[in-house]
Amino acid sequence: MSGILDVLRRPDFFELLRQHILLSAAALLIGIAIALPVALAIRNTSLGAALAVNIGNIGRAVPSLAILALCQPFLGYGFDTALVALTALAIPPILINASTGLREVRKDIIDAARGMGLSGSQVLTRIQLPIAAPVIFAGIRTSAVQVVASATLATFIGGGGLGELIVEGTQLNDTTILLAGSFSVAALAIITEVGFGALERAMTPKGLKIAQKRGR
Amino acid sequence: MANPSLALLQDLSSIENPKLIEWDWISENFWEDIVPAIQGHIFLSFVSVAVALAISLPTGVLVSRYRKAYPPVTFVTGLLYSIPSLALFGILISIPGITIGPTPVIIALVAYSLLILIRNTVAGLDAVPAETIDAARGMGLTDRQILFRVELPLALPVIVAGIRIATVTIIGIATIGAYIAGGGLGKMIFDGINRSFPTMIITGAVLATALAIVADLSLLALERYLRPWARRRKT
Repeated sequence: MSGILDVLRRPDFFELLRQHILLSAAALLIGIAIALPVALAIRNTSLGAALAVNIGNIGRAVPSLAILALCQPFLGYGFDTALVALTALAIPPILINASTGLREVRKDIIDAARGMGLSGSQVLTRIQLPIAAPVIFAGIRTSAVQVVASATLATFIGGGGLGELIVEGTQLNDTTILLAGSFSVAALAIITEVGFGALERAMTPKGLKIAQKRGR
Repeated sequence: MANPSLALLQDLSSIENPKLIEWDWISENFWEDIVPAIQGHIFLSFVSVAVALAISLPTGVLVSRYRKAYPPVTFVTGLLYSIPSLALFGILISIPGITIGPTPVIIALVAYSLLILIRNTVAGLDAVPAETIDAARGMGLTDRQILFRVELPLALPVIVAGIRIATVTIIGIATIGAYIAGGGLGKMIFDGINRSFPTMIITGAVLATALAIVADLSLLALERYLRPWARRRKT
């Protein structure tokens, strides 16, 4: 156990941790920046929504190692290639959830808002987005956890991150390094899961929480 | 690769002339390397889903009866589910007595399926209307008969939906299992990366993706077939 702590005190550990977080955060943010506007743009067309959900579903079936490995022959080794691959992984869950979340806002609520004199953009920002927020953030959470997990594989295409410790431990046949890498990756993934779960609850409007409780 | 020196030559030529796909390599190695890799991948995935089902179905039935056990079961399986696969492989092969190979890969793949399969089994059983069960009881069926003839058949579409998600997840993670010598299509991807040979990377990645999508679509078709009343609804 003390051996594992020694590995975590190594100066390169923080560099790998920094790379891992930077890679994941950048991929998630770019993924949100692409998926959310697309979901907003197609929210009123049923063809667009069906297309988004189906493309998203197929995208979700693509193995993460396959996406990372497929980017390598075209883009070479390195951080940027891993970033492109992880962004591609980040998009489908957000796109699916944002698209279905926005479309599942009940029509009579939107009619009522229109009747109260809200403009199209007000209906979006004050009605549709707050009601869809929990579903959208659930998508972001799924995406974040997946990206943090897949960033472990970035090491195979020279993208750095904590996966490098796991590879080092395997190659040197050193259980201490292997476990230090595995546990830190696992901890990072669980922290992401719990943190984004809290964000999801925080982003659920108070009115919706009351309605959910009454529903039960 | 039957002839090592030939392989080396191909590697050298691919460095000088980086062609993305060398069709000659694919046709030369089709029966020797590619087909066994596909078979190995299907074997790993199938065994894992089967073992996971054998654990999840009874657990799901028990947990739907003893409701207090449900939160701890989802907590533990959820924790397992959120551990990145490479980390779980690393932890598993650190355990004395477990060596690299298909065994730790199958253990990990089973661990990943538990959450999805148990949750869907419970959800499927929950969705069976209480009056249907009352009617079955009124007809004189025993608890056991109600479970096997009424509840499980009605829950089947939801369970199959879980099998679909679990299978797609497993096919994807199984590629990473090749890193600890689990075999399958992931081995082609890793070999391709190690030898800087794009043809192998692309062949392995495309076939793994195709396998996942084929499994996804065929289990979706099965799910729709089992749930005729919802066939017209959008997914």
